[in-house]
Amino acid sequence: MAEIELRHIDKHFGVVHVIKDVSLTVKDREFVVFLGPSGCGKTTTLRAIAGLEEIDSGDILLDGKPIQNLRAADRDIAFVFQNYALYPHFTVYQNLAFPLEAVRTPRAEVEQVVRSVAKSLGISHLLRARPSALSGGDMQRIAIGRALVRRPKALLLDEPIGSLDAKLREQMRVELKRLHYENGSTSIYVTHDQVEAMSLADRIVVMNEGVLQQVGTPTEVYLYPANLFVAQFIGSPVMNVAPTVVREVDGAAEVALDGLKFGMPADLIGMLNLKAARSDLSLGIRPEGVEVSLAERPGYRPVEAHLIQPYGGFDIVDLKSGDRTLRARTVSGFVPRPGTPVFARIDPAQAHFFDNQTGASLGIRLERFQEKMPEFSGSKALPNKGLDHFGVSAETPGEAGQGA
Amino acid sequence: MTIRNVFVIPTVLFLIVFNVFPLLYSLGYSFTDFRASTKDPANFIGLKNYTDLLSDPFIWRNFTITAHYVMVSVVGQVIVGFGLALLLNRQMPFKGLLTTLLLLPMMLSMAVVGLFWKLLYDPNFGIINYVLGLGRFEWLADPDFALYAVALTDIWMWSPFVMLLSLAGLSAVPKHLYEAAAIDRAGRFYTFFRITLPLVAPILLIAIIFRTMEAFKTFDLAYVMTSQPTTEVVSIRLYKMAFQEWQTGKSCALAYIVLIMVLCITNVYVKYLNKAKER
Repeated sequence: MAEIELRHIDKHFGVVHVIKDVSLTVKDREFVVFLGPSGCGKTTTLRAIAGLEEIDSGDILLDGKPIQNLRAADRDIAFVFQNYALYPHFTVYQNLAFPLEAVRTPRAEVEQVVRSVAKSLGISHLLRARPSALSGGDMQRIAIGRALVRRPKALLLDEPIGSLDAKLREQMRVELKRLHYENGSTSIYVTHDQVEAMSLADRIVVMNEGVLQQVGTPTEVYLYPANLFVAQFIGSPVMNVAPTVVREVDGAAEVALDGLKFGMPADLIGMLNLKAARSDLSLGIRPEGVEVSLAERPGYRPVEAHLIQPYGGFDIVDLKSGDRTLRARTVSGFVPRPGTPVFARIDPAQAHFFDNQTGASLGIRLERFQEKMPEFSGSKALPNKGLDHFGVSAETPGEAGQGA
Repeated sequence: MTIRNVFVIPTVLFLIVFNVFPLLYSLGYSFTDFRASTKDPANFIGLKNYTDLLSDPFIWRNFTITAHYVMVSVVGQVIVGFGLALLLNRQMPFKGLLTTLLLLPMMLSMAVVGLFWKLLYDPNFGIINYVLGLGRFEWLADPDFALYAVALTDIWMWSPFVMLLSLAGLSAVPKHLYEAAAIDRAGRFYTFFRITLPLVAPILLIAIIFRTMEAFKTFDLAYVMTSQPTTEVVSIRLYKMAFQEWQTGKSCALAYIVLIMVLCITNVYVKYLNKAKER
């Protein structure tokens, strides 16, 4: 097993700077996911680690040894291609055996390893078929099997389930997680699907335009995005972000999104070093951080429910006030119909403040409001138990939405 | 008359008049003692022409020479043509120009190529002897070498054809398979023999089928370049039998024997081709 370290990797394609000074350490047995939009350099980085792409400068180390000048064959790293890259003229068995036969493994050993890998992937019955006769899911299993037969130091996967249909993707995701759990090989996985990234990764590496944006566990990246890009790339539906004015009002803080003003705990004043009103910030709040109430109550502002998208387990409701739209997540059916006047406020614990200039998060973490209303006593975590006027669902943030 | 028929009917008529009819008519002649040079009527003699031909040791010698020629020429073309295709199947400057230049030989007329190479082989002023320092070596007059000299010319002329088809086959092998093979730790030779060759095989077989058929009925090159008994391939014998000896009926029979042989050989290839395509 292996530790992979990238030190100041740079790579150009002609005039395009695709990887910009990327440094990263992937620990032994870790499952790291590179996440970013297409063209962000994640696949190029992965191919550079595998030896399919040369880098302009920097070091790639495998267990402390530089490998950037080795041929792909000498790196002892397996790679699963997005389009499977199965050998069309071989049977499944021959495809699985190829990496072993290429280094002259004795026949008996090849047979034993191929059969055991085929068994663990549930493809034993397909060994004599040719790839062209298989479904996408089976082809992907074989591509993964071909990577596993050689017990590589590290396993790189380039959007391996990207071309499968949604249902199969979900099934393969679970299988990949199980395989990693059983084999424990150091894995790097590239995807643009944040749901895949959240559900598989030990750590997520968010990339954009060749630059690492944030490296962290799925929860860290979701709850504490380092900048606006990460905040908006991760989470579905996307986080509400708007320029805001923060000022002090009667000893407490207040954020204004155009005409819509929400109270914030007094702590914010100190955190922002607020002497005068600040308008150089943006406020980010995920839909589940927008709390909706059907009845008027202190701290809640009147808004109008506009669009309602039912997701089954929850609804996404667009709240309108003037030109400003705020997307909220409520329990399913909470707002009966579009046009209903409702009341909303922002949960300070889920509010993010970003610098308008740099996009960087200010890293402000506030406490939740201390509820004093008797009908809420101690039931904050279970808002739907008899609280017909309170619409925040209790699901965990990581499950929000299903990326298409 | 639909527009479809406007195009189809002339073609079909043409084929019937100039292909199907002569084919059947000559089949009829092959069972007679017809001589086109006399006014004698054609007498039906059954299979006599065929039995005579197949028991004639001289005809068999013509067939042996032809087989020899086909072997040397096709193997040579596949090696040279496929080799050139491998060299060209990469990023390089002037690749298009180079490919076009290499294709030129096969665009020339057979007779012209034959005449050119006769000059090149000339024992007195030919450049081949000059370059190789062979003095006055008689390429085309030497009974042991003349056939190889003709085959060499054929290789020069038709290797580009094999190259062109191989190039198409090679560029159709997806690049990601080579990447996968590199990841799977396969060396150059291993990749070539287990990935490249099997995937190019079907199209290479098509090139081989075409070249075998052509080489089997080769006439112009050998006829223009030499007149050695050792270079008398079967089509030259056929030509002499039909138009010098005027044994029209017998030559028709020989032509049918050649046709059946070519069909048999290509059938074997087609079987392999279908097998290769199944994968």
